[in-house]
Amino acid sequence: MVDFLTYFPQALTPINLLVLVLGVIGGLFLGATPGLSPTMAVALLVPFTFHMEPATGLVLLGAVYTATVAGGAISAILINIPGAPANIATLLDGHPMAKQGQAQKALYYCFISSLVGGLFGMVIMIFFTPPLAEISMEFGPSEMFWIAVFGISVMAGLTSGSVLKGLIGGMFGLLVSVIGYSPMLATPRFVFHDVLTGGVAIVPALIGLFAIPQVFSLMETAHKVTSDVEFKPQKGILWKTIKENLGHVKALSIGSVVGSIIGVIPGAGGQVAGLIAYDQVRKFSKNPQSFGTGNPEGVAAAESANNAMVGPSLIPLLTLSVPGSPTAAVLLGGLLIHGLFPGPDLFREHAAVTYTFIASLVLAQFAMCIFGIMMARYSHSVMKVPDLEMAAAVTVLAIFGTYSVQNSFDDVIVMFALGTIMYIGRKVGFSAAPVVLGIILGVIAEDNFLKGKLIADTDVGVVAYFFTGSLNVIIIALCVVSVGYSVFSEARQYKKAQAQAKAKEAGS
Amino acid sequence: MKGKSFLTRLAAVALAVALMLACGLPAMAEGYPDKPVSMIVTYSPGGATDFQARLVTMMAGDDKYLGQPIVIINKPGAGGQVGWNWFVQKGSKDGYTLASYNVPHFIAQSIVYPTKYDINTFEPVANWGADPAVLIVPKDSPFNNVKDFVAYAKKNPGKITLSGAGMYVGHHIAALQLMKAAGIKLTYIPEKGGVPAMQSVISGKVKAGFNNLSDAYRNQDRLKILAIADLERHEFLPKVPTFKEDGIDVDNSSVNYRGVVLPKGASPEVIAKLAEVFPKMFNDKKVKAKMKASGSPEKVMTRDQVIKMFKERQAYLEGLLADLKKKK
Repeated sequence: MVDFLTYFPQALTPINLLVLVLGVIGGLFLGATPGLSPTMAVALLVPFTFHMEPATGLVLLGAVYTATVAGGAISAILINIPGAPANIATLLDGHPMAKQGQAQKALYYCFISSLVGGLFGMVIMIFFTPPLAEISMEFGPSEMFWIAVFGISVMAGLTSGSVLKGLIGGMFGLLVSVIGYSPMLATPRFVFHDVLTGGVAIVPALIGLFAIPQVFSLMETAHKVTSDVEFKPQKGILWKTIKENLGHVKALSIGSVVGSIIGVIPGAGGQVAGLIAYDQVRKFSKNPQSFGTGNPEGVAAAESANNAMVGPSLIPLLTLSVPGSPTAAVLLGGLLIHGLFPGPDLFREHAAVTYTFIASLVLAQFAMCIFGIMMARYSHSVMKVPDLEMAAAVTVLAIFGTYSVQNSFDDVIVMFALGTIMYIGRKVGFSAAPVVLGIILGVIAEDNFLKGKLIADTDVGVVAYFFTGSLNVIIIALCVVSVGYSVFSEARQYKKAQAQAKAKEAGS
Repeated sequence: MKGKSFLTRLAAVALAVALMLACGLPAMAEGYPDKPVSMIVTYSPGGATDFQARLVTMMAGDDKYLGQPIVIINKPGAGGQVGWNWFVQKGSKDGYTLASYNVPHFIAQSIVYPTKYDINTFEPVANWGADPAVLIVPKDSPFNNVKDFVAYAKKNPGKITLSGAGMYVGHHIAALQLMKAAGIKLTYIPEKGGVPAMQSVISGKVKAGFNNLSDAYRNQDRLKILAIADLERHEFLPKVPTFKEDGIDVDNSSVNYRGVVLPKGASPEVIAKLAEVFPKMFNDKKVKAKMKASGSPEKVMTRDQVIKMFKERQAYLEGLLADLKKKK
């Protein structure tokens, strides 16, 4: 901490500040573009830092990382397409808010919550790096498997209304995740068409599942004179929103804590942080039914979680050279080219550079919030775009975003196919979030189960390997509680609805 | 009016394309490259291959070299198979699509799996790096040298778990060689890349691992490095012995060579141009300095040397992998 304060002023040199501001503004735009995930954005920028001073280069990468994570929420809220997997949970309530004419408020919520979560994550990182690095190494195959199972148990709660439909959607996602070559033994599975050899990548799936049904339903209603909602700039709501937002202590603290925990676990990544936090906040809420219909608490939970993840995900990276998220893996390259090897040396011999980097991450949180709020003022103009034009624009963005991931038209075909299936699914009450979660978690679960089984077979046996050890037991208990609670609340709601129906009958 | 002008423009574009096709290859080689060149990296962003590929191509835009930047496109999946299959089947053959290669990975895969590629479908350009595999164990492991390790494995066949970056990558080949040469049985755990494989060893989730020398070098405070699978000791780790010094016949066949290829069918002019420019670019002072700073062992080889190396590895791996199949 003393070191941190000693080196803090170094982040404030004019050149570093300029790079920081440009990085944040650029990152917000990059993040808002569907398909350009934080990982891609940072990977694209790493070569630019070759020619910079080490500290300046890292300031740029850190600023872009922070801003793209938050920027992904812009498209999630305004056009219902998550800019990156981390923003899935944001759109569940963010987009309904925007449709009710509260886009600006939703975005304010998003950036303020990101700031709160981000700062929390940074504080955790600055104070607790050594013990958390130890904990992060405790996560082996069995623990990661149970983490994935826990994520899957969250799926049940994600579809408001039906646990069963949530689970079926999740199963569909799990099935999709096994398409392509198996991760360990490279056996081809379900590759009945050439475009599926690479499996279904997460970003095309994400865009397809969210954007394409959106396009279809925009076209369905385009001929009608729809909303009587007026989309005007909401003036003078900034201070009110800040006050209101900070009042949601529960949502913000659950989001920040969950995000930080997930960040420390290597390989889990921010994509699940938002969803798990969202689910927890919903479970603790007094009226869970309001989630999914434009409850600002949902936005607060999701965004505080995915930005809280940023700081802690750097802990295993900086101390053990084990990146906690895909983006952190790319950042590792940014460190290495300047001869900065992660480990204790980073904090001793290269302390000046390292702490400048950390300080700039803190500053980037503030810059992200300020510039994000400035951009949010113009959000109503996006909402004003007529449905037909919107449908066309979203289609273009969807194709562009999907293609740009790996310059592959195969991905575009996969994207459209999944999108069409999802459109039909949505008609009968399925939602996209559990499917995406299935696709993300399926890979983690399968990979770690196989790895764990191989290790267990040489040692104590599969059952003992997966069911003993305190971390395993804790995570299993969390899974049980999560599923149990979903079933319990579903049953309670069902009873309530029945009682209401009876009361109505009796009354009439 | 608008429609008409659009059609006219479309016709103009079509005409231009037709002209370009008609003029064909000779015209292209002359001005080549007149637009950015893309390079397929068959692993995800952030891995050692991706990182080094970005590093060694950073000077491509300089007029001394290509005069055009190289854009990295990641196509990960199935240990590189997805990207290389795409490269030979769907990549353009006009010299604007290159790919990075990893030996022995792609050669071993082409022997074991029905891949669309093998050494005959690639036109080597140049090699930029060579990363030997090293045998690592956790810091608190009871094994202090290869002898301990082999003695334990002999008494407890299959009980030592050993991680590596995937199936039929250099680490796997090294493990196969070690098992064959020392007459032991190990349980190989294929992971999704070198970083998770390294993590499993550091945290003690597996008992040992083969990993890149460069990554082990950076983590040496948190590991014990028992031996290096190469012909000589390495300048980065002068204290680590080779397997041969311990009397175990493991040679340099698992060394991970990284370089650049064009697809078969690229014009001779393009191949000649790149084969001349790339080794110079890899030897650029700036590139060398960055490679060294990041702990990435560089080894620049020309097209002819790479062709020879491909052939040697092919012959050796066919033997090694056939032996193993027979045992089953």
